[in-house]
Amino acid sequence: MNDWTSICPTGRLPVERGMAALLDGEQVALFRTADGLHALSNRDPFSGAMVMSRGIIGCRGRRPMVASPIYKQAFDLETGRCLDDPTVGLEVYAVRVDAGMVQVARPARALSA
Amino acid sequence: MSRRTLVVVGHGMVGHRLVELAVERGLVAAGWDVVVHAAEPVPAYDRVGLSSWFRGTTAEELSLVEDGFFDSPALDLRLDDPVVSIDVEARTVSSRCGTVTPYDALVLATGSTAFVPPIPGSTGRGRFVYRTLEDLEQIRAAAQGARTGAVIGGGLLGLEAADALRSLDLSTTVVEFAPRLMPLQVDEAGGQALLRLVEDLGVAVRTSAATQVIEERESGLRLVFADGEPLDVDLVVFSAGIRPDDALARGAGLHTAERGGVLVDETCAASAPDVYAVGECASAAGRCWGLVAPGYAQAEVVVDRLLGGRRTFTGADLSTKLKLMGIDVASFGDSHASTAGALELVYANPVAGVYSKLVVTDDARHLLGGILVGDASAYPVLRPLAGADVVLPADPAELVLPRLDGASPGPGAAALPTTAQVCSCRDVSKGEICTAVREGGCRDVAGVKACTGAGTVCGSCVGLVKDLVQDELSTLGVAMSSALCEHFDLSRAELFEVVRVQGIRSWSTLLAGHGRGLGCDICKPTAASILASLDNAYVLDGERGMLQDTNDHMLANLQKDGTYSVVPRIPGGEVTPAHLIVLGQVAQDFGLYTKITGGQRIDMFGARVEQLPLIWKRLVDAGMESGHAYGKSLRTVKSCVGQTWCRYGVQDSTTLAIELELRYRGLRSPHKVKMGVSGCARECAEARSKDFGVIATENGWNLYVGGNGGFRPRHADLFLQDVDTETLVRTIDRVLMLYVFTADRLQRTAPWIEAMEGGLDHLRAVVVDDSLGLCRELDTAMERHVATYSDEWADTLADPQRLARFTSFVNAPGVPDPSIAFVRERGQIRPARPEEKGPTLVSGPRLEVVRS
Repeated sequence: MNDWTSICPTGRLPVERGMAALLDGEQVALFRTADGLHALSNRDPFSGAMVMSRGIIGCRGRRPMVASPIYKQAFDLETGRCLDDPTVGLEVYAVRVDAGMVQVARPARALSA
Repeated sequence: MSRRTLVVVGHGMVGHRLVELAVERGLVAAGWDVVVHAAEPVPAYDRVGLSSWFRGTTAEELSLVEDGFFDSPALDLRLDDPVVSIDVEARTVSSRCGTVTPYDALVLATGSTAFVPPIPGSTGRGRFVYRTLEDLEQIRAAAQGARTGAVIGGGLLGLEAADALRSLDLSTTVVEFAPRLMPLQVDEAGGQALLRLVEDLGVAVRTSAATQVIEERESGLRLVFADGEPLDVDLVVFSAGIRPDDALARGAGLHTAERGGVLVDETCAASAPDVYAVGECASAAGRCWGLVAPGYAQAEVVVDRLLGGRRTFTGADLSTKLKLMGIDVASFGDSHASTAGALELVYANPVAGVYSKLVVTDDARHLLGGILVGDASAYPVLRPLAGADVVLPADPAELVLPRLDGASPGPGAAALPTTAQVCSCRDVSKGEICTAVREGGCRDVAGVKACTGAGTVCGSCVGLVKDLVQDELSTLGVAMSSALCEHFDLSRAELFEVVRVQGIRSWSTLLAGHGRGLGCDICKPTAASILASLDNAYVLDGERGMLQDTNDHMLANLQKDGTYSVVPRIPGGEVTPAHLIVLGQVAQDFGLYTKITGGQRIDMFGARVEQLPLIWKRLVDAGMESGHAYGKSLRTVKSCVGQTWCRYGVQDSTTLAIELELRYRGLRSPHKVKMGVSGCARECAEARSKDFGVIATENGWNLYVGGNGGFRPRHADLFLQDVDTETLVRTIDRVLMLYVFTADRLQRTAPWIEAMEGGLDHLRAVVVDDSLGLCRELDTAMERHVATYSDEWADTLADPQRLARFTSFVNAPGVPDPSIAFVRERGQIRPARPEEKGPTLVSGPRLEVVRS
């Protein structure tokens, strides 16, 4: 099992918006969409600022995405891949709801490995 | 080689164009000096737009001469110093001041004089011509205390003059010798339609009226006609045509045409060596050309020839499209069906006041010309089709008949051949415009205007240019769809209309009804802005919170390091010492970097998300409010101290600036909006660089619209002159609200006005004359905004739920973002550069994303 960390009650996350959380000193951007929860690195790779949680979320084509609030690049909420520059991406964290609490674990790729 | 001298006699529109071309085409660079002798005391101005002077356009604004143009040492403009004689043997000209100037080449551009019919009593008190700015000044002076006026001549200029008298509140009668108005341009039926439209405006018309004598009577002037009742008026304006001003040429022994005008060949050369004539004083290709476009073409020929080129002038298109007294009139090509076998197709709707006639070839396959009265919207597409090798649709009537789907009639820009002349004023073809897009990298109308000159003179082709740009871009695969984004097919303006008309109040309704998908960072903030413009509700409540860009979401301006800046409103730039102390104290307590903004307020940088409410609590408690620096909305109204303190001020600019800022604060708009108010013409507030600029005059205020700084700086254009504060505010209300209603996303006011068909005149018609019947709606919308405005930060602080979003970490609300680091510079903080931060602060590696 992974080390799941409880973050907050689900209701604390606004719908279709993000919030930042601290996970052992790392910054995670949590997003709550109609489809569920997403957790990505909070660091915008283009500016280096910890702001991804403050981006607008939506979709590009069929991909759910968050747009960086600094220079507006879009990132896939599920894969973390930058949709404007495929050489760049955000780390993806595992996220689940347990007994009404949002829980996060890192990193997602270790999970599937 | 020593420098050569080109002397230009006359500084009208064509004369000045020639000087511009001498510079643009490299004649000056090739070693020519240019000496210009002007008869008038002012540099060249837009004579075509002369009538707008009565509606507030200043002489300065009519000027065609860009600031500093004549600063070049190679150019010498001699105002108020007409040439009085030419010696073609000695190759010199002598001016009224007595200077004698030798020339290597001489261009006559003396223009024309107004024709005054040789009837008894045609000169004297109360009788004027309509030709120069001085004429207009005299007419305006005479109109003081006058009640009635007559214009002799019902042609193009006559109707312009009639409109001028009407705008001076004179009861006006147009007297025309021919049986109809504008006899040269329109046919009998078109004249009938025009007559009804003109009479509807309250102008009386007498056609088939031959004035025999003008008698001076005690109470004014009496026009006596061959038939019918005499007409008593206070003043008379002659506008019965023009005569080429060729007196100078005759004196010099140059050949002139039988009906007047300096006779020139197809190189525009007159009968003496190195002497040319251009514009209305020249008789070229068999006639004098009384329009500006052929004159410009002749100027091109002369400059080209001086550079050794082979250009010729063999005739020009006499097509015209005008808006006279707000009535569209256009004629183009063979409008009188003089081609053998030509057929006429006529569509007339007397109720709507529309008359259209197309002249087609005998097989109805090609367009030859036409006349449009009342609605000339099809003109830009039809004119280039006339005489072009384009086969018409099976039913040519489709070209002019109104379409049920509301689309503009006609075959569209795509049908035009590449050789078709799109801009007749600057002679720009469809091919040149397409090349500018394809190879010149132009991506919009403004770019094409700058690159080719198309649409820069009369503007009638701008709609067509826009279509061509769009077509060409889509051929290139460059999207210039007006669709907002992949989620909405509507443009921002269309979306606004849908929201307004259908009363939509939420994002989900809007998306479900008119969009698809989940939205994005383009459509969501646009929708948020539209909803806010219309109901002024708190911008972050309910669904609306998730639509906002981070600036609106945090009610602060995001900076590159993830911190925010805070800008409280300082209306008009006026700030009390107490507020200054509060600002200083807050900045000091929170360790913020402070800087004075360009908009006369104070920006405080380096605030973290969780600090924003604490900072604002202090500011709101001290009586300050949001400055909306984060919003697409009114920023500031910059002002000078005005009459109150300044020795030169003529109005209280500071008070007005504060009033305007408080009136429009918080109104969400398609882009940011800036205003400025200056207390006198010295313009210390730099108001003309703003979207709305107000400059005090002795009599009130002048209003300018459409200015901006930034990437493409632009001065605002004069919109109203000498108005009182009430009129000023009402007009700004309407223009601003119309902008909110109809502009595209992130379109500032200048491109918004430029993209409007009819431009500034159209805008003025809409908000001053209420030509679209929209003013009530605009007024109501603004009243609602003013009545319901509420400070967003005070509202935020009053509600704990609204404060919840100002959290650094949802699981550690009090912990500051550890990645934010500052260093000190000049006694203040600034963001640490990556190399200045400790390695532990930089987290989140750059990932190698595996391609699936």
